[in-house]
Amino acid sequence: MIRPSNDLPDPAKIKEEILKQYPPKVARKRNKSMVVNDSKLNQEIQSNVRTVPGIITQRGCTYAGCKGVVLGPTRDIINLVHGPIGCSFYAWLTRRNQTDPGPDGENYMTYCFSTDMQDDNIVFGGEKKLRQAIQEAYDIFHPKAIGVFSTCPVGLIGDDVHAVAKEMKEKLGDCNVFGFSCEGYKGVSQSAGHHIANNQLFKHVVGLNDEKPKGKYNINLLGEYNISGDGFEIDRLFKACGINIVCTFSGNSTIGAFEQSHMADLNLVMCHRSINYMAEMMETKFGIPWIKINLIGAEATAKTLRKVGEYFEDKDLQDKIEEVIKKEMPAVLKAQKKARARTEGKLAMLFVGGSRAHHYQELFKELGMKVVSAGYEFAHRDDYEGRKVLPTIKVDADSRNIEELKVEKDPKRYKPRASEEKMNELRKKGLEVSDYVGMMPEMADQSLIVDDITHWESEKLIEYYKPDVFCAGIKEKYVVQKTGIPLKQLHSYDYGGPYAGFRGAINFYEEIDRMTSTKIWKKLKAPWLNASAESSLRAEYVSA
Amino acid sequence: MLLRHTPKEVAERTALTISPAKTCQPIGAMYAALGVHACLPHSHGSQGCCAYHRSALTRHYKDPIMAGTSSFTEGSSVFGGQANLLQAINNIFITYDPDIIAVHTTCLSETIGDDVHQIVTKAIEDGKVPDGKKVIYCNTPSYVGSHVTGFSNMVAGIVRGLAASAGTKTRTVNIIPGWVEPSDMREIKRIAKEMGVSIILFPDTSDVVDSPQTGKFQMYPDGGVTQAEMALTGDSVMTLALGAFASEAGARQLDISFKVPFEMLDIPIGLSATDRFIQALSRAAGVEIPDSFVAERGRLVDVITDMAQYFYGKKIALFGDPDQLIPLTEFLMDLNMIPQHIVSGTPGKKFRKGIERVTGDLFETINVKNGAQADMFLLHQWIKNDKPDLIIGNTYGKYIARDEGIPFVRMGFPILDRVGHSYFPTVGYTGGIRILEKILDAFLNHKDATCSEVEMELVL
Repeated sequence: MIRPSNDLPDPAKIKEEILKQYPPKVARKRNKSMVVNDSKLNQEIQSNVRTVPGIITQRGCTYAGCKGVVLGPTRDIINLVHGPIGCSFYAWLTRRNQTDPGPDGENYMTYCFSTDMQDDNIVFGGEKKLRQAIQEAYDIFHPKAIGVFSTCPVGLIGDDVHAVAKEMKEKLGDCNVFGFSCEGYKGVSQSAGHHIANNQLFKHVVGLNDEKPKGKYNINLLGEYNISGDGFEIDRLFKACGINIVCTFSGNSTIGAFEQSHMADLNLVMCHRSINYMAEMMETKFGIPWIKINLIGAEATAKTLRKVGEYFEDKDLQDKIEEVIKKEMPAVLKAQKKARARTEGKLAMLFVGGSRAHHYQELFKELGMKVVSAGYEFAHRDDYEGRKVLPTIKVDADSRNIEELKVEKDPKRYKPRASEEKMNELRKKGLEVSDYVGMMPEMADQSLIVDDITHWESEKLIEYYKPDVFCAGIKEKYVVQKTGIPLKQLHSYDYGGPYAGFRGAINFYEEIDRMTSTKIWKKLKAPWLNASAESSLRAEYVSA
Repeated sequence: MLLRHTPKEVAERTALTISPAKTCQPIGAMYAALGVHACLPHSHGSQGCCAYHRSALTRHYKDPIMAGTSSFTEGSSVFGGQANLLQAINNIFITYDPDIIAVHTTCLSETIGDDVHQIVTKAIEDGKVPDGKKVIYCNTPSYVGSHVTGFSNMVAGIVRGLAASAGTKTRTVNIIPGWVEPSDMREIKRIAKEMGVSIILFPDTSDVVDSPQTGKFQMYPDGGVTQAEMALTGDSVMTLALGAFASEAGARQLDISFKVPFEMLDIPIGLSATDRFIQALSRAAGVEIPDSFVAERGRLVDVITDMAQYFYGKKIALFGDPDQLIPLTEFLMDLNMIPQHIVSGTPGKKFRKGIERVTGDLFETINVKNGAQADMFLLHQWIKNDKPDLIIGNTYGKYIARDEGIPFVRMGFPILDRVGHSYFPTVGYTGGIRILEKILDAFLNHKDATCSEVEMELVL
């Protein structure tokens, strides 16, 4: 169905209707997390605050952000979860991070490691069991590294995972052991876990190997998790351009790549929310600048490659990049045109993650679709409004509990890769140097932005807007589909993808075209029910 | 190789679990609570627990799994979760209007010692629970037992919270089906109807997690045992509890509260367990077994006799939950198959005893382990040392199956990569045929794909 743009409901009224259902206190709080976008105003959106108990949220926990998101995709670290069995079980292969260890490489991602804490460990402490579990993991696998992840009870009973990790690292000698205090109750969402993961990787791994990378243009890709091989498509493009990815944080990564990552000359930040801490710390300590990029969407991909070309100020590189874009684009445009014949003018909504709800709008734009409402699951104000608001964000009790590492210039290895003058120049060209403009400035006026959307809110938004596609995660998948609207999972991609880069864009066009054109959505009602609905309408008409 | 670091040599482990054959209690409580009509499960802990459980159940059922969480923060972990739960109860009733909220705890709320009974009492006193609405609850510390224990605890919680007696004994039979699929619950109801027995089945997730696509989302689908039905369970003539691990606690609770006697049975998986179930049901209700069951049974036996050559002597590795594994092992024995390696992460001595009961003389020759370090890593090592002809278990088994080139049948929880379990039962005689079909498909597909061209057969 193609809608004229003036056919949309008034978002301010929708918001009012939605809030009516809540108890007054909840309505007051949710009011601040729902904003009707107006580019003329400097609007503030409440985000990264506690979820209201009982409200049915999409959010997960700190452990999920730390172990599941950031550390999960690294294949040669044994991720040992210290806690009852569930936490490790649920994070076992469920995020679709692909990895390519080759025929002989190390890969522990297919395994699930846990101390499986029992009640006596809760009562008497679990450090002894943790120590023994690390020893057993080492004896069986001889890994290069073991990461220990704390779950809720660990912090409560006072197990010192960092002390145990340090002790075992010394004892084992050739195995880096480090801990993460990522108990699920910390912070207000997965976001705190990202920060904790960044901190510990920075403290214990980054900078351990000063070997110079082999490439001419050496970069790190931060915040790319190789869901469904996104990272492989990106690798292909960068390789074609002659750009060397020293380390990806953390799709298809290895501990060796992390150790050497400080030797790169530029950090590209994909998912700002989950990894900006690493970018900042590497800039401060080693002098590596970072720029915000996006590799979701064909235009965005081309723009990103050009940003790298501009940064390195190298004509050969820039020519090569243009050549690659020129070679890739015809197939992209062909697929785009084909899909667009059916997708043009359709409506989409995105409620997901900490950057995807923004990045994927690029692809919908390329499909000629309108994003009427969007929001993040666990982002902060800077992801909505841009980093310019960072100085004004009030640090609350939940955020204060998450450690901010004090990072200083490395006395020997700090080496500014580019002059301040050059960076300012690039800034002027719109490169988002150490900056992110956020989602809101790039969204149309009158679109409804909702942070940490609740089930009630999404149900009502669907009822009012009747979007053609709704983007969220597995928990929302079948809830939304039962309303007769297809849901595209943007965490797991519905087991499709990749969607990054040029080939990814083609995949996404085809996927959205398929989803919005699938016949079955028109056959949800039994034919005799449709008939009776029609006849009752006719009867009304006659009697009137 | 996907599991390339698994060595053949089994080294003793006392602390490390690798690739578990279980998960934690709360998910079982959430699943059980979904089997009550218009009930919203609620996870009292960090919101990650609720997110993980909803995700896992959604991936398994491909259907909406609704639940709330107390969204603990560091503050609530220090000062207790009472304020969060009170707030949650209030917000849920006002915003989502369920008839019942079923609260289960987590390792977090258990470790800090939250008293859910006291908090719920306070919620009622404070007027947060509207008239006619209920809050039921149970304790599900994740560091005890397994997901099956959590299911069992919530079943007992359902009895404590909703069972009642009107004072007049009826001829109705209560059936606690254990952690089985909605298709299995539907099949048990069909069997009872066919026999002419009035039953109350609880929990009952049919028409909840296998709900129809109609274009209209129902937050509380049509299925689930109703409060009205639960209020009559105390008058029933008897309770049949299927599977000691998941169902005994609920049956025992009914016996304690309302003197409803119970009989423990295996889940009716396979021929012998179904024979016992059919007879027990007929005994409990005092009705004759209709002839149609002779025919149903005969169809299952017919498939076995027709295809016996493919079953005889085949060695099987199994993993999963005790209540399923015991009757499944018995069925394999009925088929003259050899249960060779059996692993369950769920602890409890009853498991070994159950396997011993159904395997008899063979027991001494079988690798059986459950509880601590009884995980899929160990199972894989056993498999490397003594290769079976077939693996039966949940989806995680496919990594072992692929590495070792062994046919694989998906049974148990979770099944994340195939559909069917919601719709086609594995209980009863008809369910037995489905198990046989799956086993034969696995064997014969493997044969067709791997035999030499010379040996390729049209008819099998």
